[in-house]
Amino acid sequence: MLQGSSVAESGKIDPMHQFAIEPLFGTDHLSLGGFNIAFTNSALYMVAAAVVLWIFVVGGMKRQLVPGRWQMAVEYMTGFIKSLLIANVGEGGKKYIPYVFSLFMFILLANLLGLLPLGLIGLHPFTFTSHFTATGVLAIMSFSIVLAVGFYKHGLHFFSLFVPHGTPALMVVPLFFIELVSFMVRPFSLGLRLFVAMTAGHVLLKVLAGFVINSANASPALGFTVGAASFVLMIGISALEVLVAVIQAYVFALLTSVYINDAENLH
Amino acid sequence: MPQIAQIAETYSSQIFWLLVTFGFVFFVIGLGMVPKVQATADARDAKISGDLDLAKAAFARADEAEADYRVRDAESRAAAQAMLAKAKAEAAKASEVKLAAADADIASKIGAAEARIKAASNAAMAEIETVAADAARDMVARISGVDASDEAARNAVKAALAHG
Repeated sequence: MLQGSSVAESGKIDPMHQFAIEPLFGTDHLSLGGFNIAFTNSALYMVAAAVVLWIFVVGGMKRQLVPGRWQMAVEYMTGFIKSLLIANVGEGGKKYIPYVFSLFMFILLANLLGLLPLGLIGLHPFTFTSHFTATGVLAIMSFSIVLAVGFYKHGLHFFSLFVPHGTPALMVVPLFFIELVSFMVRPFSLGLRLFVAMTAGHVLLKVLAGFVINSANASPALGFTVGAASFVLMIGISALEVLVAVIQAYVFALLTSVYINDAENLH
Repeated sequence: MPQIAQIAETYSSQIFWLLVTFGFVFFVIGLGMVPKVQATADARDAKISGDLDLAKAAFARADEAEADYRVRDAESRAAAQAMLAKAKAEAAKASEVKLAAADADIASKIGAAEARIKAASNAAMAEIETVAADAARDMVARISGVDASDEAARNAVKAALAHG
């Protein structure tokens, strides 16, 4: 708490500032149908993720029978998503490869690009997956696909998803509502999980970085004890954050395919 | 927390740009490029499994050919053995016949030669008797002056020859 108050007192390091959205290139008042669509630092990183992904996949489009390293890497990723869908949905899951691949790679690149140490050259890295406005849209998209596929394939029979087999007649109505709530919570848990994981990791890194700078400024003795310890911790947590970036993208893709399985196969 | 503090001014921009960029990712990369990448990988898998099947079939054919070769090898070996045994038997029979013929020929030749020898020795014995009888008569005439008869000399020689 002492450290925290000293950070606040110095007023130089705000661990939440990294999440601030700022319009770029004077597009503050760009609007569409009355809605503001300013091109922000968040939008810039979305474009960057899309472009990096495009470059990555283009490099794997040589379509050689004996692949090079790059083609191998791209085919490994598509094969990974394919086996994920086959394992969770079955052969019918193959048609969702384009969507789940896009989702997984877009989130993965957003997480990793946000972790780049661009601060060293004066730029401000931004992780748009730490905003629930962005993760929420992705979660609602996945949930909408589940609903659309479920009702298209099974019609009103899709509601039987909420009544597991062998439910006693007396329990059908209460269980239906419990299952319905757990089903409706899915998009929130999907979007919030990613947002919370990314936000927490970035805040932790910034707080530790604040310890390093403020302790070093306070006195050499504090700098070599608290500051050095925090710096070592930061190295470890940075590695952990790379892992979290991959795992959260994987979890998002995995849960999406698990939910798609419900829609494809009911039970 | 800017995520909540700024939500009113930024939600529309966030949603708009996310839809634009994710739309690009999904339609251009996901639908446009990923199936091609996947098709390449699938084609490779199909090629590999096809090649493996072909290799397996070739192996089976090779095994079959080897078994066939072994059977024919054994057959031809047996045929050669039989032919060899037959040839040996035939050759033995032929040489036996030839040997028997040669034996008979030789035996007849030997018989003829022996007969000739016997005749020659008889002739020679007769000659010796005559010569000895003449010599005996001569000796008797010279010694006693008696002219021994031819028959007596001959009998004396015969007796002397018989006693050795």
